Amino acid sequence: MSGLPATAGHGDPDRVGYNGESRARRHMAERAGGLVPKRIIVGYGFWIFLLSDIVMFSAFFATYAVLVGQTAGGPSGRELFDLRSTAIETACLLLSSFACGLASIGAQAHRGSWFYGAMAATFILGAAFIGLEVREFAGLVARGAGPTRSAFLSAFFTLVGCHGLHVSAGLLWLLTMMAQVFAKGYRADILRRILCFGLFWHALDIIWVALFTMVYLMGAAT
Amino acid sequence: MSHAEPKRDPGDVDTAPGHEGRDGHEAAAGIGSYLIGLGLATLLTIVSFFIARTTLVWQPSIPVALAVLAIAQMGVHLVFFLHITTGPDNVNNVMALAFGVLIVFLVIAGSLWIMAHMNHNMMPMDQIMQMQR
Repeated sequence: MSGLPATAGHGDPDRVGYNGESRARRHMAERAGGLVPKRIIVGYGFWIFLLSDIVMFSAFFATYAVLVGQTAGGPSGRELFDLRSTAIETACLLLSSFACGLASIGAQAHRGSWFYGAMAATFILGAAFIGLEVREFAGLVARGAGPTRSAFLSAFFTLVGCHGLHVSAGLLWLLTMMAQVFAKGYRADILRRILCFGLFWHALDIIWVALFTMVYLMGAAT
Repeated sequence: MSHAEPKRDPGDVDTAPGHEGRDGHEAAAGIGSYLIGLGLATLLTIVSFFIARTTLVWQPSIPVALAVLAIAQMGVHLVFFLHITTGPDNVNNVMALAFGVLIVFLVIAGSLWIMAHMNHNMMPMDQIMQMQR
């Protein structure tokens, strides 16, 4: 345990301390004060947070799956869901996730126009997603199918609304990151925040995949 | 070292650790990975939406097909967007993911299992109403 093994993989079979990097880069990481690059630690910690967020969503998914049949004589998903709107929302979020990936590459390459352009595209697509979702919710409430109508609709609004709140918070975070890069430049800590934002945005898209499949497609199919 | 581009980053002195994608080659590889992910995810999404409405297949198989497609697409997102791979530098991330998947499975499958049994064992609602009279 004392000191550092000469080669990664022998003294540290799980490679807890290393990122498969070259010896020179590892040396620089050690000089910077820690065994592991801070970027790796930050990414790992945020990944743990994302997994806990996904576990929280799984509780909402379980609630929805239990209550999906309890319509209390009200409308079921088959009558309510408009798959065309869902398809557009899905496309918006997927393309926004792609644009977010381009933005993180642009940030790492320190390309200003690339980063701002991709982040702006991410924001516009994300905002379009939220707009479509708000329109859908308003339409449901106007048809008397609000969250108070039945247990099924309560669970539906909770699950989809919680995802929508996450996306809205992500949009605020996105603007914050653009402002921070504008004000402070591509500092190491800002780049780590951009890494975390990218992970968050991609994780939201993963949750949306589960959501549109389980709620909308299965709701419309059965 | 980093003073090649002095315009944007005056505070960028401690560049080195874990700092990747500086040169154009790595950036191009990164874009390629995102493009593959986008293509696969689009394909899987289109197939999902098509299958949900088709009458070409045996109807009870549709939910199973949708679940498989969704899990495949989540895998695509994990690998190509979140860069969770099976490489030796990713063991910790994969272990955390495995634990998360276990908890998600327990919560969802356990809830469905328990609630189905409770529904099954409960007295029908109209009889409960009569007893309360």
